[in-house]
Amino acid sequence: MHTPVALLLELGVILTALSVLGAVGRRFALSPVPLYLVAGLALGDGGLAPVPAAREFVDTGAAIGVILLLLTLGLDFTVREFTSSLHRHRSSAVVDLVLNAVPGALAGWLLGLDAAGILALAGATYVSSSGIVARLLGDLRRLGNRETPAVLSVLVLEDFAMAVYLPLLAVVTAGGTWAQALFAVLVATVVVAVAIAASGRWGHHVGRILSHADAEQVLLRVLGVTLIVAALAELAHVSAAVGAFLIGLSLTGAAADRARTVLSPLRDLFAAVFFLALGLSVDLGDLLPALPAATALALVTAVTKMAAGWYAAGRDGTGRRGRLRAGTALIARGEFSVVIIGLAAPAQDRLGALVTTYVMILAVCGPLLTRCAPTGPAPLPKAEPDGGRALSKTHPLPAPSAGSAHGVTGPG
Amino acid sequence: MDVNEVLLPGVGLRYEFVNHEGHRVGVVAQRSGEFELVVYPGEDPDEAKPVLRLTGEEADALAEILGAPRIAERFADLTREVPGLSAGQVEVRPDSPFAGRPLGETRARTRTGASIVAVVRGEDVIASPGPAQGLRAGDVMVVIGTREGIAGVQRIVQG
Repeated sequence: MHTPVALLLELGVILTALSVLGAVGRRFALSPVPLYLVAGLALGDGGLAPVPAAREFVDTGAAIGVILLLLTLGLDFTVREFTSSLHRHRSSAVVDLVLNAVPGALAGWLLGLDAAGILALAGATYVSSSGIVARLLGDLRRLGNRETPAVLSVLVLEDFAMAVYLPLLAVVTAGGTWAQALFAVLVATVVVAVAIAASGRWGHHVGRILSHADAEQVLLRVLGVTLIVAALAELAHVSAAVGAFLIGLSLTGAAADRARTVLSPLRDLFAAVFFLALGLSVDLGDLLPALPAATALALVTAVTKMAAGWYAAGRDGTGRRGRLRAGTALIARGEFSVVIIGLAAPAQDRLGALVTTYVMILAVCGPLLTRCAPTGPAPLPKAEPDGGRALSKTHPLPAPSAGSAHGVTGPG
Repeated sequence: MDVNEVLLPGVGLRYEFVNHEGHRVGVVAQRSGEFELVVYPGEDPDEAKPVLRLTGEEADALAEILGAPRIAERFADLTREVPGLSAGQVEVRPDSPFAGRPLGETRARTRTGASIVAVVRGEDVIASPGPAQGLRAGDVMVVIGTREGIAGVQRIVQG
């Protein structure tokens, strides 16, 4: 076997660079997504260091990255969370959709894009980054806050809307007629509904087939089935990403937890490759001209996202400060705006540059803005390492030894 | 006491309750297995003040500390309320004829009148075991009955 030295070297350098970028980003509580995009830009045509040998691998890896992103999104989903979100925040989801998709669509129309471009841009401005936001809420210790369920519900409903939106986009991008697009949406909706119903009823069977005591087996089975279904979905023009999402949906409970654990390192790798590939595909020279439009769009949609969050948190009876926190938390756009462009961009050069810039702005500014949202004093200072040692005694874990744990008297 | 359960889609669950002093307390149980304990101080009722973050293991230890004495108390209360009733423990030794057999085969209740209310196996407690519940060497059965009844169960199980 011939060892492709150039590929290995380039890939190794790229991954090392990404890890350094990611670590620096985490240090400043930034999402790695915009940093990976920047890395891709630097490596692409007209960038600092082109990587011809790794290009093919990166492009293949990117396709797998999208599939894994959507698969894990589906795995995170539970019927109970979806129905309760829908029950409580249906109107929030509508407000969110109208307020945030319309500016994107308008911008697309003003820029003279075609129908596919307008649709893609509307999607990119609509969907917040559930990855960035959920992590941010944990990092900022806001999971206990009253506005948090509203924020998370909006994210779940947005993610779910992707299941309908992506096939629509796939057909329109492929130059299909609106009737075909409508049909694709219909098919996707029915299939998703069936998948949910089936996962409730027969999910444990699917889980049994795909789960195994051996982690390697779980990885190969889930990945194999997902890639097959994704390929079939792509052939049927409902987008490979939606196929992967369906597999994620149909796995529930323990099987989903296991699949998530096994797949998440792989997901992290290929998702990074995907973001990199998107950066690579954008010409650095296109970026600067896109900056004014991207900035304007970012400003407008930051405000509209805030309004959507304000409304959603208000429905849960949250006060002014909480509504402000909810609004700012939702501003961040990230992986799914990028996924959308990944699907639509091959046909749309300007769109790629515009949305890449847009995501880089909001993925960085969104988290910063919500940090500035009103919160109380910082958490309690940590206790001195030796504080109170004199009075305390360290016990080993109270192992529930059968003899004494329950303190019942022995037999007479 | 009412414990309010709030779904945190994609993250986990949050339990909220008000304690006897009027403090609103929240426990965030994340899917990752981590826990966060929060309280809601006055000025902004929507904002939680984080108190503690616990890993799964730490949460287990805490639960045990809080839970174990209460189980013992409940058994003690029960036996105090009914004169003549006691609780005892009978270990299934490796040489017991019932190690590896179902609980029902001991016919303990029929023969002694004492009830086996739980089987403690390592860190697990099998509450209200049915007759089909298998016994293993090292299990400890929690028995409720008269003193003679408990001694009878011990004789049967330990052979």
